[in-house]
Amino acid sequence: MYDFAYSRPASLDDAAAALSAHGDFKLLAGGMSLIPTLKLRLARYAGLVDLSGIAGLNGIRRDGDAMVIGAMTPHAVVAASAEVASTLPALASLAGGIGDPLVRNRGTIGGSIAYADPAADYPAGVLGLGATVLTSRRRIAADDFFTGLFETALRADEIITAVSFPVPRAAAYAKLPQQASRFALVGVFVAQTAGGVRVAVTGAGLAVFRWRQAEAALERRFESAALDGMALEADGLNSDIHGSAEYRAHCAGVMARRAVQAATG
Amino acid sequence: MPTVSMTVNGQPASAEIEGRTLLVQFLREHLKLTGTHEGCDTSQCGCCTVHVNGKGVKSCTVLAAACAGATVMTIEGLAPGDLLHPMQEAFREHHGLQCGFCTPGMIMSAVDMVNRLGNELDARTVREQLEGNLCRCTGYHNIVKAIQAGAAAMKGR
Repeated sequence: MYDFAYSRPASLDDAAAALSAHGDFKLLAGGMSLIPTLKLRLARYAGLVDLSGIAGLNGIRRDGDAMVIGAMTPHAVVAASAEVASTLPALASLAGGIGDPLVRNRGTIGGSIAYADPAADYPAGVLGLGATVLTSRRRIAADDFFTGLFETALRADEIITAVSFPVPRAAAYAKLPQQASRFALVGVFVAQTAGGVRVAVTGAGLAVFRWRQAEAALERRFESAALDGMALEADGLNSDIHGSAEYRAHCAGVMARRAVQAATG
Repeated sequence: MPTVSMTVNGQPASAEIEGRTLLVQFLREHLKLTGTHEGCDTSQCGCCTVHVNGKGVKSCTVLAAACAGATVMTIEGLAPGDLLHPMQEAFREHHGLQCGFCTPGMIMSAVDMVNRLGNELDARTVREQLEGNLCRCTGYHNIVKAIQAGAAAMKGR
């Protein structure tokens, strides 16, 4: 890991100012992805701006019909939250399946979605539930947030403060973990929301995406049989030693059916 | 270089470090607390597990600077005085180790498990919760038995 200047500002304004002043500074949340990336020298920054000293970014609160999770809330806290378990159990279960218990003690929701790993779990929950990403500047709809491989709509000096999840009628997440890393080889989040059925797929493409064909089928009939025989189009999906594009396409159908079963069961 | 200060095993500790210094390096190289092991250096094996503010973390993937002001406990700080901690005693009693390299991380992870989930842990739960700790010798059988026994022995402490 190359050396860098470390700072831990006490306010969002100071953190944003550090990013504005230095084009080659980066935000640090839990560091569970960023630090390994730096150690592998896949990235290099002149400075890291640690968000852990800023009050108000950590915690879970109910806001009307939405569950708002602070950007610096660790996965373990979301997984163990009685409030999330009772109103958004699919999200608690998703958070409880990220990495391992020690990683979940440290990794955060804001860090996960800002990093936008194509096989991360949280992007599927954020897109599948049609959440809104709250930042230091604005509110970004999930449909506009994930823009590509490790790419988001965030501007260079924009900081995620929280994610607001509308509480769905029913939802579930099913993932096929890659055997070594436990990242999603394919993960599918299914939700029946006020705005319709949403199906989000992670691990299969360059970024998380919605599976419109499955959404349309589930809109007509919200049961796993509505997806019988359905698979993703393999063209353009990820293909590597862990699974071919065809395998991922098939498994997306299996995971989607499992998710619907869990959501309706 | 900036100076970082934290509390390690109940004692104040501070040193001049680089921004990139990892918590495991701070513990081993600056404080000479070599009970915390660095196995894979890729946050997979869990040999470097310590507690930061009461939570188990992989110290190879945490910046020392980010622990400024924190309370850190390593395997050296677990036992009160000359007596082994109940979880250490359970690993000894059930022979939950062979070469011993993963053992400090296993024990710190096991205590974190008890802190989160309580004293009555079934074997399946222990195996699931040990996902972040690798042992290349034992096949885990005695580690699981040790953690179940250690968890029960920690009751009331």
